[in-house]
Amino acid sequence: MADQNDHYGLRYKVWRVVYRLLCVSVYAFLMLPILVIIPLSFNAQPYFTFTREMLTFQSDGFSIRWYQELVTNPNWRLAIGNSLAIALAATALSTFLGTLAALGLSSPYMPFRKSVTSVVLLPLIVPLIVVAAGTYFFYSQIGLAQTLPGIIIAHTMLGTPFVVITVTATLSGFDRGLLRAAASLGATPFRTFFKVVMPLISPGIFSGALFAFVISFDEPVIALFLAGFDQRTVPIQMWSGIREQLSPDILAAATLLIVLSVLLLLTAEWLRRRSARLRSGQS
Amino acid sequence: MPLLAFIVVFFALPLVDMMARSFYDPKVADSLPETMRVLDTWDFEGLPPEAAYASVAGELLDLNEAGTLGSLALQLNHEIAGARTILLRTANELDGDDAAADGSFQDRLISIHPQWGEQEFWSTLKIMGEAFTLRHYLGAFDHRYDAMGEIVARPEYEQIHLMLFGRTLWASALIVLLTLLLGFPIAYHIANSPPHVGNLLLILVLLPFWTALLVRTAAWIVLLQQQGVLNDLLVALGLISDDGRLRMMHNMTGTIVAMTHIMLPFMVLPLYSVMKSIPPVHMRAAASLGAPPFLAFVRVYLPQTKPGIGAGCILVFILCIGYYITPALVGGRTGQFISSFVAYHIQQSLNWGLAAALSGVILVAVLLLYLLYSRVFGGDSIRLG
Repeated sequence: MADQNDHYGLRYKVWRVVYRLLCVSVYAFLMLPILVIIPLSFNAQPYFTFTREMLTFQSDGFSIRWYQELVTNPNWRLAIGNSLAIALAATALSTFLGTLAALGLSSPYMPFRKSVTSVVLLPLIVPLIVVAAGTYFFYSQIGLAQTLPGIIIAHTMLGTPFVVITVTATLSGFDRGLLRAAASLGATPFRTFFKVVMPLISPGIFSGALFAFVISFDEPVIALFLAGFDQRTVPIQMWSGIREQLSPDILAAATLLIVLSVLLLLTAEWLRRRSARLRSGQS
Repeated sequence: MPLLAFIVVFFALPLVDMMARSFYDPKVADSLPETMRVLDTWDFEGLPPEAAYASVAGELLDLNEAGTLGSLALQLNHEIAGARTILLRTANELDGDDAAADGSFQDRLISIHPQWGEQEFWSTLKIMGEAFTLRHYLGAFDHRYDAMGEIVARPEYEQIHLMLFGRTLWASALIVLLTLLLGFPIAYHIANSPPHVGNLLLILVLLPFWTALLVRTAAWIVLLQQQGVLNDLLVALGLISDDGRLRMMHNMTGTIVAMTHIMLPFMVLPLYSVMKSIPPVHMRAAASLGAPPFLAFVRVYLPQTKPGIGAGCILVFILCIGYYITPALVGGRTGQFISSFVAYHIQQSLNWGLAAALSGVILVAVLLLYLLYSRVFGGDSIRLG
């Protein structure tokens, strides 16, 4: 009996080592491709790989010329400006629409709740290429193709479902009794919203807005179809950079985007915890 | 509900419009109305009557004058190779000797281009003249109407879409399998780590998820190229010779590897959220009842993760089917998905009807999968993070 237990024990230990190794390699698979870009973006040579100088840590192997390229090249400047404008506008719109929708959908008096919800969440499921094709055909008929508003509207649609989801999640712990309490104390619905509802659901609104921003800022497919040369965004600039000339300025842009995504991720995590704390504090 | 109106106008309408476009294509019918009326009475037997020749000659001249002949010619060119040249030349020559209009239009048109004397040319014209049509869907599945108006398979050298649909499906299935194999252990690992470690590990999964798609794609290009980091490393280690560099990109390998990386978070997150809710007591209970760890895992733990596995698999599969950017950039010629052809028909060949039909097929496939998913696992459970 003891012998058999040892047998299990040994096998268990071997199994654990294999499992640990497997996990570590999967984490490496997830992270390394992203990390490898960062040092390469400081390459002094126009190559996509490590030069001898870089590997021996000589200072002339490194440079920030690709970052200077980003700042000075008019195409990149245009793309960065467009991306920011589109993403900010789309975020504002989808946050506004999504919050309203979530408030409406969470009300028990809302008719056809289920079917409306599924229509609202539809943009999450339909593949981007199909959305891109459809919007391209349709927007070119109504004169929205190759315009910034066209891209903003399309991105707003993609971002809104995320706002709806995150705000609905914060509302799920929301006590409707508070509304009645506020009303009974003489607050107007307007005042109730800003003084009672807003503070409670604000983490949801912010993380939804964050999602909407990232979706729009990183979205390549629809932008590729709807944008003309003057509306090019950062993803399009990277796309054509990869397709045509393969210059390391793409890696510099990528590094900046990685930094941005780390910041956004940390903000999102912070918001999530705050929201969890608010919800548990309430009960 | 302003949002509902907004989504209906700017999202649902384009999709409906696109589906309509795939069935309804009035370009030819509108351009050559008189000819189509004559052809209505023609039943694919022999050559059409003289009236058809006369009206097509007149209508081509009108179009040429209105300056819209080019777009009609482009449209016909999708189905009839060389149709563009035929139409343009015909219109030009007719324009030239307008005065010398003796003899039949049939003889004149055939003398301008012999294709006017072929039954197949006319039958294709008649089929394209039908505004409500299934021909784009036939095209999407590598079929067409033949000279007698029957549905037949396209010649082999034109068959490309079915092969691409097939490739998209098996590649997506393979990616689902790979992400499941890689994602399951780490989801288990994260779910069973102490909270502070688990949160840190979760960030390792979430960071790629938040990183721009093109950044991740660019990263794989950097790694996989023939002059790229992985090949350099293998050469430096002496595993391969300098001219034996592996071709890991611009083929299916590249697509699969990069897509697996991109899709992995979408598999891990649903798995994790399910595993998090399975109390560890269950495993301990099984062990205390004498089940060896492996048996306990298969009999007790695995069945409880089924909703997570299902959600992850369907999510990844749906995302894969319509994926465009990554296969297009790292896939080369052999690693393309069907989505690349949607883009190709919209941007290069300008065959919008066919592009709409292909998108329609993808859309229907995805909606069916989603329906299946919500039937099996309960509808409103798309969760992220």
